[in-house]
Amino acid sequence: MSEKLTSKQLLGQLTAKHYNDAIVGKQNGELVAWSTSIAPQEFCETMGIHVIYPENHAAAIGAKGGAIPILEHSEANGYSIDLCSYARINLGYMELQDCCFENVPLPDLIICCNNICNTLIKWYENIAKELNIPMIMIDVPYNTEYEVTQPRVNYIKGQFKEAIRQLEEICGRPFDYDRFDEIMKNSSRAAKSWKRAMDYAAYVPSPLNGFNIFNYMALIVCMRGKEESIQLFDLIAEELEELARNGESQFPGGEQYRIMWEGIACWPYLGHNFKTLKKYGVNMVGSTYPGAWTLLYEAGDLNGMARAYAGVMNNTNLARQVELRTSIIKDFKCDGAIYHMNRSCKLMDFMQYQLQREVADRTGVPYVVFDGDQTDPRNFAQAQFETRVQALVEMMERNKINKKSM
Amino acid sequence: MEKINAIIAEMNTVVSSPKKAVSAFKEETGKEAVGCLPVYCPEEIVHAAGILPVGMWGGQTALSKSHTYFPAFACSILQSAMEFALNGVYDNLAAVIIPAPCDTLKSFGQDWISAAPQVRSIPIVYPQMSRIEEGVEYLKSEFEIVKKAMEEISGETITDEALNNSIAVYNEYRKTMREFVKAAAEHLEIITPAIRHLLIKAAFFMEKGKHTSMMKELISELKAQPKVEYKGKKVVLTGIMAEPDSLLDLFAQNNMAVVADDLAHESRLFRTDVPDGEDGLERLARQWPLMEGCSLIYDPQKKRGQMLIDIVRENRADGVVLCMMKFCDPEEFDYPIFRKELEAAGIPLLYLEIDQQMPSAEQARTRIQSFAEMLDSM
Repeated sequence: MSEKLTSKQLLGQLTAKHYNDAIVGKQNGELVAWSTSIAPQEFCETMGIHVIYPENHAAAIGAKGGAIPILEHSEANGYSIDLCSYARINLGYMELQDCCFENVPLPDLIICCNNICNTLIKWYENIAKELNIPMIMIDVPYNTEYEVTQPRVNYIKGQFKEAIRQLEEICGRPFDYDRFDEIMKNSSRAAKSWKRAMDYAAYVPSPLNGFNIFNYMALIVCMRGKEESIQLFDLIAEELEELARNGESQFPGGEQYRIMWEGIACWPYLGHNFKTLKKYGVNMVGSTYPGAWTLLYEAGDLNGMARAYAGVMNNTNLARQVELRTSIIKDFKCDGAIYHMNRSCKLMDFMQYQLQREVADRTGVPYVVFDGDQTDPRNFAQAQFETRVQALVEMMERNKINKKSM
Repeated sequence: MEKINAIIAEMNTVVSSPKKAVSAFKEETGKEAVGCLPVYCPEEIVHAAGILPVGMWGGQTALSKSHTYFPAFACSILQSAMEFALNGVYDNLAAVIIPAPCDTLKSFGQDWISAAPQVRSIPIVYPQMSRIEEGVEYLKSEFEIVKKAMEEISGETITDEALNNSIAVYNEYRKTMREFVKAAAEHLEIITPAIRHLLIKAAFFMEKGKHTSMMKELISELKAQPKVEYKGKKVVLTGIMAEPDSLLDLFAQNNMAVVADDLAHESRLFRTDVPDGEDGLERLARQWPLMEGCSLIYDPQKKRGQMLIDIVRENRADGVVLCMMKFCDPEEFDYPIFRKELEAAGIPLLYLEIDQQMPSAEQARTRIQSFAEMLDSM
């Protein structure tokens, strides 16, 4: 009998399997789709289509230090340096089909849901045009109201219907509604199990090293309709439970401060960012990532599914976004916040100043901002990041002393 | 010519001071004015309430307060609009309608709530999947919200008759503007790039019926002018907008004329009519799926490149000038695709960066000059 795998080992295995299945599948003539990271994967999963997530793929290329040549290729093709670096990497990879990470197969179809930004629509249009393949679009109108309104839900459901029609046409066989029901159940279970594991960060001290979320999330992005992802999240929870019981943590050196990290990671500098924070005992316990994939709905409830996908954080109005960060800071007992002014993400950036002000007003915790980019290493300066973290630590320290003396 | 010059002068007065034009309208009619952010807004609904829809496409201003909402890499239209909002420039508007076709406008709409709480904002989100019936129904529901808001502002119910009348006014405006674009192309010696832009832009600050009748007069005057063959080069503009005027003057200085355009600020607004029907809101909603070739409207086939090629051929143009609004994602994604298509069709393309806060046109001058030389040598 082999020894029980750790979550880290299982994660590695599952990630490799995810990519390998798609590569082998494509060789065997099976369909491969490329999908935006929070698109309803349930449809493709039901039809047994391999799904690759370009955002995840681009992030991995960035983290492994392979972004520059691909970015430059896209820029030579006319893509502005001001565009999202995930898009630039993916559109460059599409031509090069060679990178430092998994060489994923080109898609036979693409599925795009603009619940994280409208940039995705333009990016995917270009894939569809360049590869001359069908595009399934799930347009979830931005929620200017606090809730997802019923006319929006009806419209999104109409698109679910259209997506199924397109898939039946592409696959040449009818949609399997029983399997769909099962996938919906799995997806909801995976979402709950993911959230349960990530919520361990609320413990003080946290048994979870927040930066590990950036590793774990590969699976909630890529495999959230699959049974195996539930195993992984349950295993993570089990390990965290044990650490918590023993007063231990994945976070090395002891947690002095707890912070919320706003925005996407700076993948090319993940190691640097983590080391800088660790130096001061700063653990990133609060993040919007866990919630972003906590897509909860009952199996068979298309209204609920539409609401869940439409209500994704980036697609909500500012009032609701403020509320989300406020509750993260409170629930995860954060002492401060770091905001990533991410050169790639206009949607997150252009509300961020007001978000910072309102969240600070409500929580009273200090914050700093740094300039960076999710995968373009040219848009980040290590020194600036270090100075900002230092400033945040000083503010958090002062607050701690003040609290004690009160 | 006198009449043409008089019309140009009158429109120039409007465009030089939109604020005055808005105040004059309010005084004359006793009705309100409502701002419309780019690109597409259901102006017919505003018009049907007797309210003046006012285009809000930024303008040249020094940016300072806008930086409390936007980092430097936001498009200059919305940077300027934010600066104006924070300086109270829009306070004479009863409300502003803010669509959300791009990420910057989504953010702008949310930022407005705290930046300019004194001016009511009415958000509207157009569907991208308008080819399915549910998309049309959804859009109709968004229009209902705008309609209700306009009724609250005007204090009067918008009848179906009023809405259908306004649609007729707008369809007439669109038809007239398409005629104008054609007539202007026949008289490039009179309709310089800057004048062409001015006449189109004036519609953003005038009641459309009034603008249309002035344009009709101008068109018939133009048609009466003797034919003069234009000796310079003819270009087609594409992009969001072609401003400031100093930029347009550079074309004239280099013997280039704008023979047609595919600008969001210009032709994209009037190339598609609202279809016939009974229910006004439904008619408006059914116009949306008919629109294409715009970077802000979903199109996996990317027809824009072919559309540009067709426009160039129809107008016997010598090249295309892309007026690239700096930091505009939708336009920046379209560019690599149509660049390839234009290249394959042998159509020269000039990439010109547009920034409303452009400190000097020097860089553009050099680029336009060399493009002119390139066209001459062909």
